[in-house]
Amino acid sequence: MEIVLCFVIGILFSVGLYFILHRHFFKLILGLMILGLATNLFIFVIGRLTRGGSPIIGEEQEVALEPFADPVPQALLLTAIVIGFGIQAFAIVLIKRVYQTFGTTDLDDLDSTDQIHSPKPPAP
Amino acid sequence: MSHLLLVLPLLIPLFGAILCLFFWYRPGAQKILSLLSQLGLVSAAVWLLLQVNSEEILTTQIGNWPAPFGITLVADLFGSLMVLSSSLVGLALLVYSLRGLDAPRQRFGYYPLLLMLQLGIGGACLTGDLFNLFVWFEVLLICCFVLISLGGTRAQLEGSIKYVTINILASSFLLMGIGVVYGILGTLNMAELAQLVRAPDTNTSLIPMAGMFFLVALGIKAAVFPLFFWLPASYHTPPIAISAFIGGLLTKVGVYALVRVFTLIFAIDLDRTLPLIMLISGLTMLIGVLGAAAQTDFRKILSFHIISQIGYMIMGLSLFTPLALAGTIFFIIHNILVKTNLFLISGVVAQRHKSFALPFLGGAYLLQPVLALLFVLSAFSLAGIPPFSGFWGKFMLAKGGFEAGQWLLVGTSLGVSLLTVFSMTKIWNEVFWKNKPQEEGAPSQARELPEESPAERRTRRLMYVPVLFLSGLIVCMGLYADPLISLSQRAAEQLLNSDVYINAVMYPPK
Repeated sequence: MEIVLCFVIGILFSVGLYFILHRHFFKLILGLMILGLATNLFIFVIGRLTRGGSPIIGEEQEVALEPFADPVPQALLLTAIVIGFGIQAFAIVLIKRVYQTFGTTDLDDLDSTDQIHSPKPPAP
Repeated sequence: MSHLLLVLPLLIPLFGAILCLFFWYRPGAQKILSLLSQLGLVSAAVWLLLQVNSEEILTTQIGNWPAPFGITLVADLFGSLMVLSSSLVGLALLVYSLRGLDAPRQRFGYYPLLLMLQLGIGGACLTGDLFNLFVWFEVLLICCFVLISLGGTRAQLEGSIKYVTINILASSFLLMGIGVVYGILGTLNMAELAQLVRAPDTNTSLIPMAGMFFLVALGIKAAVFPLFFWLPASYHTPPIAISAFIGGLLTKVGVYALVRVFTLIFAIDLDRTLPLIMLISGLTMLIGVLGAAAQTDFRKILSFHIISQIGYMIMGLSLFTPLALAGTIFFIIHNILVKTNLFLISGVVAQRHKSFALPFLGGAYLLQPVLALLFVLSAFSLAGIPPFSGFWGKFMLAKGGFEAGQWLLVGTSLGVSLLTVFSMTKIWNEVFWKNKPQEEGAPSQARELPEESPAERRTRRLMYVPVLFLSGLIVCMGLYADPLISLSQRAAEQLLNSDVYINAVMYPPK
């Protein structure tokens, strides 16, 4: 199971990076989302997978019975998903706004802030 | 009592921001509220520093869960110095933006965002939990995203799309690094991690690999050599009040986190990591200052200098001796103040001349002699000319480097200082010294700037206040450097002697 997930995560990372490096805005959004998903899945798997045992302590026990799934990576994952959701929402709105302002879907058109010569100031 | 003291630098900006949100349609009330909370934050930071100074390390457990389980807040000298300097800069910025920022942006939630950003910085500097560090970074990042794009001009949107993309990528790396650390060691509390890493029976062969995740992620946030290209593309786009704050502070929080994790957690098997960091630091200094030499925009030159200065801070980390780390700490504090001040000065110049582009500026010395003096002061301080604050930081770094026998690195850093002077001289020549360029075909009197209206003059007077405040701090830091130097040295000893940190968190006195 873990070996399958490793490949899935690897593929997700490569797809995400490929899309981020792509010039099209829409693929940038997709890339950011897929990269976020890959990261979340990575944390989930690297915290070690235990199937079938929930970390719930019964009424008559002092500690949870082994083997149980570690709840900490799941808690981290949940926080990371929520944060990622907020940031992705912002990124989508930003990209839409950029598209409306510049009227282009090509990231290569956005190179004016990298250029050395600044535009002339407006007449006073 | 100390519990409250640690939470205050977080609660004051949080509640200030929430209160500001209640007065969304009344910017006047927001100004008063945010100024009050900022003053409260400064006093809380001073109090915290005084307390930490007398009691070594303060800790508190949120929700009173004992150390490795709950979220820990820790204040050592380095952290509380960072909180204090960021709150001082925040105060200066707030006063500046009362007049220096246009009204529509002020109406659109600028003040709550500024306070939330400081909440994020305070949290990142005071947290004792690795995942919590990530969360605070996200808090300050999302505030930065909004601040950079606030107003939505073409340049800002363009800058922010680059900034947002690279920072989402960096956050993913940070999160992965945290996951790897948890996978190897099974905890996220920084003190317990430090304890486990140093324990004899821990398998530490994978720890440097986890450290690389942090080096890349925090390296992007701190803008070190191969990862800095987003910075000069985005930092100069927003209005000067915003770029001064972001440019003055954010990369330094990245450096702070780098120093923290590499002195506390990844402080083992450093014989391969440190040469790498050293190489990065030398190249960061050099490439940053060379990049600045090519630029012709006031703010872009300053942005490239941020990168160059980051190299000095990383240099102290790469030498890993008490003196060099003390130099790093002193340098970070000095740089936060000086860089913000230089950005503010560029804003005051632009308020009169309506441009940041060097070819269209000139004659500012005749018009604003006091400002020219303040600029020279900050510029010399940035370059490290003796009586000013930058000298002491560079002196400690260079001395630490000589003691460690790293001649090449020290030579690079001194050469870069020379190039910094060159770059600052260029700004001086172009902005302050040369005559205002004449537009082609314009009548000869067009060379004179239009007369200021009384309202503009009042605005400009108020904009001088924060510049004077920060310049005063810089001069004090330079002429009366002894207290801060000894504080930095003690902070560096705390960083290197992590038993104090571990004991303070894991075995708090009852």
